[in-house]
Amino acid sequence: MPERPSGNWLQRLREMPNDRPAKIFIVALTVSLVCALVVSTTAVLLKPLQLANRERERQEHILAIVERLPGVRELFATVGARQVDAHVVELSTGNYVRALDPADYDQRAAAKDPQLSIEIPAKHDIAGIKRRARYAPVYLVKRDDEIKLIILPVHGSGYVSTLYGFLALAGDANTVVALTLYEHAETPGMGAQVDSEKWRSQWYGKKVYDDKRRVRLGVALRPVDPASPDFNYLVDGITGATRTGEGVSNLLRFWLGEYGFGPYLAKIQS
Amino acid sequence: MTSASIKTLTSPILDNNPITLQILGICSALAVTTRLATALTMCIALMVVLTLSNTSISVIRNHVPRSIRLIVQITIIASLVIVVDQVLKAYAYAMSKELSVFVGLIVTNCIVLGRAETFAMNNDVRSSFLDGLGNGLGYSLILILVGTVRELFGSGTLLGVEIFPIVSAGGWFQPIGLMLLPPSAFFIIGLLIWALRSWKTEQIEEPDYRAEPAR
Repeated sequence: MPERPSGNWLQRLREMPNDRPAKIFIVALTVSLVCALVVSTTAVLLKPLQLANRERERQEHILAIVERLPGVRELFATVGARQVDAHVVELSTGNYVRALDPADYDQRAAAKDPQLSIEIPAKHDIAGIKRRARYAPVYLVKRDDEIKLIILPVHGSGYVSTLYGFLALAGDANTVVALTLYEHAETPGMGAQVDSEKWRSQWYGKKVYDDKRRVRLGVALRPVDPASPDFNYLVDGITGATRTGEGVSNLLRFWLGEYGFGPYLAKIQS
Repeated sequence: MTSASIKTLTSPILDNNPITLQILGICSALAVTTRLATALTMCIALMVVLTLSNTSISVIRNHVPRSIRLIVQITIIASLVIVVDQVLKAYAYAMSKELSVFVGLIVTNCIVLGRAETFAMNNDVRSSFLDGLGNGLGYSLILILVGTVRELFGSGTLLGVEIFPIVSAGGWFQPIGLMLLPPSAFFIIGLLIWALRSWKTEQIEEPDYRAEPAR
């Protein structure tokens, strides 16, 4: 008679030879489960803190953008404590949506929600983002009901990551004040220079639209002669990061075009 | 502590240093040492991962089937790295942005897998813990030395505090730009290896080949 296995299941498992397939499966499964539990617990527990960090950084970026405008600190002093007006805009019409509170509206979450987003036709999806939220927040700095600054959230595909940033336009809705790309994972030292102070400073004063209302703003692929008309619209690219530069051009042209803030900006101009 | 366990802890610091003797973990030693603060954060991150991975792998060493042992080790190491990365993102956000992918790349750091495979799989939990800690300290020693030299001579600061006033800010020190580029870490690590092997001559390796003497 074969000997009956003795002890409880744990004992039996400990005594099982390591090369038996059942043991291999059990060990693999147990290790995976324990690791998954540890990783997901950490991720869930720390998420609120991480989101708070991201949110603080986003706020700082809005303020950093706004403060680049010459005289804006004085402007803040007159309109009162660094305050920025926030609205939610329906992108297709360019109208404000009063029903949505810009403080609560999450454009990134909305872009994934079929109810709150649209699929961009492939032909027009130059930013490579596939879906776009119906609504987007905009931030305005005003003085005496005159818009001094329009701050728009933009995003799009770069070389290896999605770039998120804010574009700040002057009150004419055609002159760039600043572009800050605050979140990306482009190649360190190459494409990642999009967030360097030196590269960002080039955007100041560039124009968005030409006379025929085509979006011309972008990153140049070759040196631009300061005398040529292109110089009004293009900034220098980053050496070794052509694809990142193209990505930045494309995301700007998408968000300033008819599928982005184009209708809204046209309303402001008229 | 017995003398054997003290030796397990201290021998990786100078006698069997993972960077200068085994020449492992060079990638991160180049990447994160332009400033001392990033180097220190990386040291802590690696030490935590290495100590915990060595300990947990040693706990289950008798039940890991040979055929899947590397996968099991990497799964554990990768999970620990994710945890460390998440903690940095929550409590040291600016630092984690600066370290970017290099915390995640601890998964591929040869020191971690090397210690798991050669030490933790064959030794008891206590020695494995000490071995992980010791190797972490050995790695940290080199990173701190390299980080100190690079930040001091590349930017004139240490941990962001000005030590040498630089010329562009009206001081006398001309920063050495090379120190901020990756090759300088190779030079410094090379000089450290040279210094260490001149002191501890038993670390000098036999050459694989000898050129034939000229006739």
